[in-house]
Amino acid sequence: MTRFRLLAACVMALFLPMAALANPALDAVISDNLGQIEKPSRRSVQPLVEQIAATGPEGLALLRAWSDRRLGLTAEGRAVIVDGSSVLDAVTGQPVFGVEPRMLRPNSGVRGVIDSAMVAGALNDPDARRRSAALDALARGGTPEQLAALRAALDDPDPVLVARKARLERLLTIQLDKDTQARVAAIRDMAGDVSLDFRAALNPLLAMQRVVSAGQPQGNVARELEVGSDALPRDAALALLVDAGVLQPRLTSAEQRGALAANLRNGQVGGIPVEQLSDPAARDRAYDALEAAGAVPPAATEAEAEAALAAHRFFDLYAEPSPEVTDAARAAQIRAQLRLGAMTGIDLGLDALSLASIYFLAAIGLAVTFGVMRVINMAHGEFIMMGAYTGYTVQTLIADRTLSLVVALPLAFAVTFAAGVVLYRLVIRHLAHRPLETLLATFGVSIALQQLAKNIFGTQARPLTAPAWLEGSVTVNDVISISSIRVAIFVLALLFLGLFLFIMKRTRLGLEVRAVTQNPGMAASMGINPDRIAMMTFGLGSGIAGIAGVAIGLFAQVTSELGQGYIVQSFMTVVVGGVGNIWGTLAGATLIGGLSKVIESLNPGNTLAAQTFMILFIIIFIQFRPRGIIPQRGRAAEA
Amino acid sequence: MTKLTKILMLTSALTLAHAAHAQEGEPIKIGVLHSLSGTMAISETTLKDTVLMLVEQQNAKGGVLGRPLEAVVVDPASDWPLFAEKARELLTVSDVDAIFGCWTSVSRKSVLPVIEELNGLLFYPVQYEGEESSKNVIYTGAAPNQQAIPAVDYMTEELGVEKWALLGTDYVYPRTTNNILDAYLKSKGVAEEDIFVNYTPFGHSDWSKIVADVVALGADGKKVGVVSTINGDANVGFYKELAAAGVSADDIPVMAFSVGEEELSGLDTANLVGHLAAWNYFQTAESDQNTAFIEGWHEFTGDTNRVTNDPMEATMIGFNAWVAAVEKAGTTDVDPVLDAIVGIEVPNLTGGTATVLPNHHLTKPVLIGEIREDGQFDIVSQTEPVPGDAWTDYLPESAVLDADWPGKDCGMFNTQTNSCVQVQSNY
Amino acid sequence: MTRKPFILQNPSVLIVLAVLAVFTLAVTLLSQAYGTGALPTSTVKVLGKTLCLALAAVAMDLVWGYLGILSLGQMAFFALGGYMIGQWLMYARTEVIVAEALAQNPIPPTPQELRDGVTNQIFGVVGSADLPLVWSFAHSLSLQLMLVLAVPGLLALVFGWLAFRSRVNGVYLSILTQAMTLALALWLFQNDSGFRGNNGLSGLQNIPGLDDVSQARLSVWFLWASAGTLGLFYVLAAWLVSGKFGSVIRAIRDDETRVRFLGYPVEGFKLVVFTLAAMITAVAGALYYPQAGIINPAEMMPIASIYLAVWVAIGGRGRLYGAVIGAVVVSLLSSWFTGGRAPSVHLPGYVVNWVDWWQVALGLSFVLVTLFAPKGIAGIFDRIGGLARPRRHGRDLGPDQGALQEREAKA
Repeated sequence: MTRFRLLAACVMALFLPMAALANPALDAVISDNLGQIEKPSRRSVQPLVEQIAATGPEGLALLRAWSDRRLGLTAEGRAVIVDGSSVLDAVTGQPVFGVEPRMLRPNSGVRGVIDSAMVAGALNDPDARRRSAALDALARGGTPEQLAALRAALDDPDPVLVARKARLERLLTIQLDKDTQARVAAIRDMAGDVSLDFRAALNPLLAMQRVVSAGQPQGNVARELEVGSDALPRDAALALLVDAGVLQPRLTSAEQRGALAANLRNGQVGGIPVEQLSDPAARDRAYDALEAAGAVPPAATEAEAEAALAAHRFFDLYAEPSPEVTDAARAAQIRAQLRLGAMTGIDLGLDALSLASIYFLAAIGLAVTFGVMRVINMAHGEFIMMGAYTGYTVQTLIADRTLSLVVALPLAFAVTFAAGVVLYRLVIRHLAHRPLETLLATFGVSIALQQLAKNIFGTQARPLTAPAWLEGSVTVNDVISISSIRVAIFVLALLFLGLFLFIMKRTRLGLEVRAVTQNPGMAASMGINPDRIAMMTFGLGSGIAGIAGVAIGLFAQVTSELGQGYIVQSFMTVVVGGVGNIWGTLAGATLIGGLSKVIESLNPGNTLAAQTFMILFIIIFIQFRPRGIIPQRGRAAEA
Repeated sequence: MTKLTKILMLTSALTLAHAAHAQEGEPIKIGVLHSLSGTMAISETTLKDTVLMLVEQQNAKGGVLGRPLEAVVVDPASDWPLFAEKARELLTVSDVDAIFGCWTSVSRKSVLPVIEELNGLLFYPVQYEGEESSKNVIYTGAAPNQQAIPAVDYMTEELGVEKWALLGTDYVYPRTTNNILDAYLKSKGVAEEDIFVNYTPFGHSDWSKIVADVVALGADGKKVGVVSTINGDANVGFYKELAAAGVSADDIPVMAFSVGEEELSGLDTANLVGHLAAWNYFQTAESDQNTAFIEGWHEFTGDTNRVTNDPMEATMIGFNAWVAAVEKAGTTDVDPVLDAIVGIEVPNLTGGTATVLPNHHLTKPVLIGEIREDGQFDIVSQTEPVPGDAWTDYLPESAVLDADWPGKDCGMFNTQTNSCVQVQSNY
Repeated sequence: MTRKPFILQNPSVLIVLAVLAVFTLAVTLLSQAYGTGALPTSTVKVLGKTLCLALAAVAMDLVWGYLGILSLGQMAFFALGGYMIGQWLMYARTEVIVAEALAQNPIPPTPQELRDGVTNQIFGVVGSADLPLVWSFAHSLSLQLMLVLAVPGLLALVFGWLAFRSRVNGVYLSILTQAMTLALALWLFQNDSGFRGNNGLSGLQNIPGLDDVSQARLSVWFLWASAGTLGLFYVLAAWLVSGKFGSVIRAIRDDETRVRFLGYPVEGFKLVVFTLAAMITAVAGALYYPQAGIINPAEMMPIASIYLAVWVAIGGRGRLYGAVIGAVVVSLLSSWFTGGRAPSVHLPGYVVNWVDWWQVALGLSFVLVTLFAPKGIAGIFDRIGGLARPRRHGRDLGPDQGALQEREAKA
């Protein structure tokens, strides 16, 4: 063992002098810039990266390792590349043993600079992943040299990459090409496209700057502005004039007060006793007196402001000097506008649909119990929570996420079905025909269950993670996209709608449930046991809540308060939709989901306001349709 | 046999004498005012345990002034009026000499009038929105200039962010922080339309629209960065939606001010790698004090998976500063301790020291961390200790204000008119 | 036949008033300000606040126990009352501070400057610069005191009129009241609403103009005020439910349709009681929050109103003293158990820590009370007084009541 180590040391000693010779330029750059390699900054690292890149293949390997956070520094200040268990000297490429390198952690800005420096070389790299990464780096911003390199490397064995390269070339042409005609052509080529990268290339061309000028200004004028118009209110125009140094700013009240205080003599300012100066008019008089005496500089007057406004014109100038380019860009933007609006609408619709399906899943169980038994189960939210925690527990036991989900869904149903039946047998059955007391009793159950969950699982949010195939999103283009998990929830909601309809219309149980809902007395007379039916419905409703819990936990947080966030919305859904009818619940969920998204999009800065308005709307809606969108018919409706 | 008994007796007598030495006199009582139930229990329980651990460690070292410490724990149950009630109880019924407590700004505002009325001493360990300096409070968390502003600087300098989305939960800390950031960014030449602000309710879970809005900001061709003051559980849904939308940290980096090691433990962080957080401490900080602190924490809780976080460090610094001030003043009375505490220097956990400033804030280094796969942070930037500024320089009304307790005996001193605006705090 | 005087008809009113007087006297004599000091100021404050909660419970009992509307939004009125008085407390206190600060400048301030200064002090914390419109009356105590009654009263009137007019009742109405309080809470949570968002109004325990009075004295004064108000409104409520008016509203509770067919304007009766109860609740809130010191929108989240219903149910619905007992007992027990002072129960293998388990116990006990003692604690008094309710069934057993009813009818 010792001999082996000795041997290794000898071998290393042999290699070391040679090592220093392998890439002396790189070695020098590293030792000169150790400080910056250790603590690089995006702003200043560029020259160093270029120096390292210029030293040859070892330099590029070092850069790649640096960017991937595989570069370390040994105690002696040698750069080493760590790859799994192997440690290679960055300068020589030889393995190094027995060192504990301190790994370097360049921030993402620095890594961006490094990646960008390697773009030109990586565009023709044999590794497709690396070529793709180079295109990613290029898409974040390029230089004219990189555009040239890209044009030289448009060919690619991978057809996807060919398309990406061609597209990127067009985009970079718009941004970087010197030839105006080429840029205009590129803009025309892509006009009507709504994707984010094209708009990102287009919008900077149309960026405007507001200027004040006595005559016609230099540059590419977008438009002249009328003072007092919506685009340029009078105050804004005055502010521009003040900024331009043409107009003296108006005296603020604080400045006036300071000036008066500075000229306080014998309890008087400008001949006015100080006690009277709590009146603004008196202050103005005092100031005028001081001004007349020459004690304070004269303040700007209204007449001066008018004169300055009359003497100046206001313009919006494009930052882009070429009118041809801005014209083409403007035309392309207008063409895209309508499509963009439509697509934003569709995206909003998808969001609304997703929210509606979540509300539907959460409310369907409630609707069933309320419809059949006229009782509100306040613990419904806690059943949702139980479902989510069941999902979490299963996931801690079964590592495979797909399998755990497959197990969790029926298990959550079973657990909450059982809980629902127990709640029915122990509490609700004894409170039949006393709906308000049922409401309160189930509320007691709700707070007990919530606290129990806290005691068992803690107050911390628990992770419930979707399987890999549900990660990511379904994307049509840069505007229309929805996360896969939401699509899955939508499908789940549809599934339950179908299942529910099947049970209600095609099974014996459904027939009996409908009979009890419509006329319990008659149903009982026909030999149906209303008690058993009620219990089954209650279990079914609770079971669906459990499944909804798993679904909600997949995209939101699993906490003991999970159910609370949905319970009021679920009530709203049931009440708005109308009781005892699945289509009513569906309509209610759609209305509430759609409405809250529309309100949210009208007021994007404040999600809270959206919720308030939604609830207000519902309160008013109930005024006009007190029995919901689809009211219940039959004798039960009068009860 | 008799010999053995004698030895035993002698030993026990010695032990007793020793114990008597450490526990000479009445125990010194300190109050712990953290919610143990309700919505804030998740965060605050940890801090209660931290104080109990520190008390235990201090007593093992012989207590303070030769007297043992005793922690009086009460539960304000995340109910803001209850914070005031319990604070009064601690000060008048339990007669505590110092209180360690509060998390949310509103709980601090609730306690403030009581503490000022009864001349108590509160150590407040959480990053907050600033705009306050009370005679009776030592702010051991970060002021905005010790977290928000350096973080934004980092995003501009190192990530090249030009367009900003300020997302927050709708309460005072995000509101004020975003106001300060808004003014700061504008002073740096960022245009009004390049700042997008959104507020969501506590525990918000439907993030699809907001994430889509943020992504759409990129249509200007400017690099977009998100500054998140989203609080607590709502972060889980937010990050899940972010991951689902495929927003990588390279495209749209998210800088969070309220997401630490504790919050990440409720998440699968694989898709969040590279997103950022700004604090004054991360568990991954490399220093001997930190290693010892984490060991002590694991020993105290009996759980080696428990993480440490920034407010815990702030609690520890506050506790040690109080102990040092009491030793220096020779008494636990509030006024001498307050006189003594300014200028006290205690080691922090990131390899430096924290000094208590005349405005009752601390000097703290600013750390930026990138989220790792294991739910910890890679520290990618660490500054020298920055002195905490009670009144921000970026809002016109606050820029003229200064706090200097030993010098001017005022927490809201107008440097223009050279007068003390008010001695009591705003609630 | 002449009617017996009101008091003789309701001996319980005298008992309640006597108990209240003895309680107030005892607390005063034990307080730090006026007595032996056995009760610390914080406890006096808790007791004062509990009396306010009891008053809110009396109002709740009017609405639920007598009128049959389970309002799950009652605490919205309570908090609104607190907000209205809080506006004045905050404004006036800040005005004093700002005036002092501005007086240091040689030039006296203009009214506008004073106003700006106050605005900046109150709203600087939450980052806005203008005084919202809703603060227009905040400078005047008398106006804000009127608003304490007017705002919740008006809200109840409008909401009630809309709801009763369209015959929303039963569970629907409960859900709707819950939605109302949630909407209001969410609205107040926004900073833009002008009530300082989540921060709410704070520092309310410092009464402007009474800076020299210690909190020890103030707390006793508030206790007196709370006790006095509770007594006053208790008598009012008892008088209201004892006469013909009371008979009508109980009839509405038992069968609304029949009362309507008898020609009574049911909606009018409901509206009067609902609005009156909202105003009583608001007064309770206006007394409560200066003792609590801070008010924020979380106070009117639906859960708070549900707790109010729980207190009334445990105390005993349809008995005004039941509501008082329920509120006092349950809220004091709650604060004792969650205060961490209740001794833990050591079971073999597990330590029951009441901070963790109190909620579970409360929830379950609530289920038990609903199931087995629907009359609540007041049921005990009924039994002592030999007051057995005649066994009346509100509805006859029609065929549509199903098989279940047969069992109930036998009972």
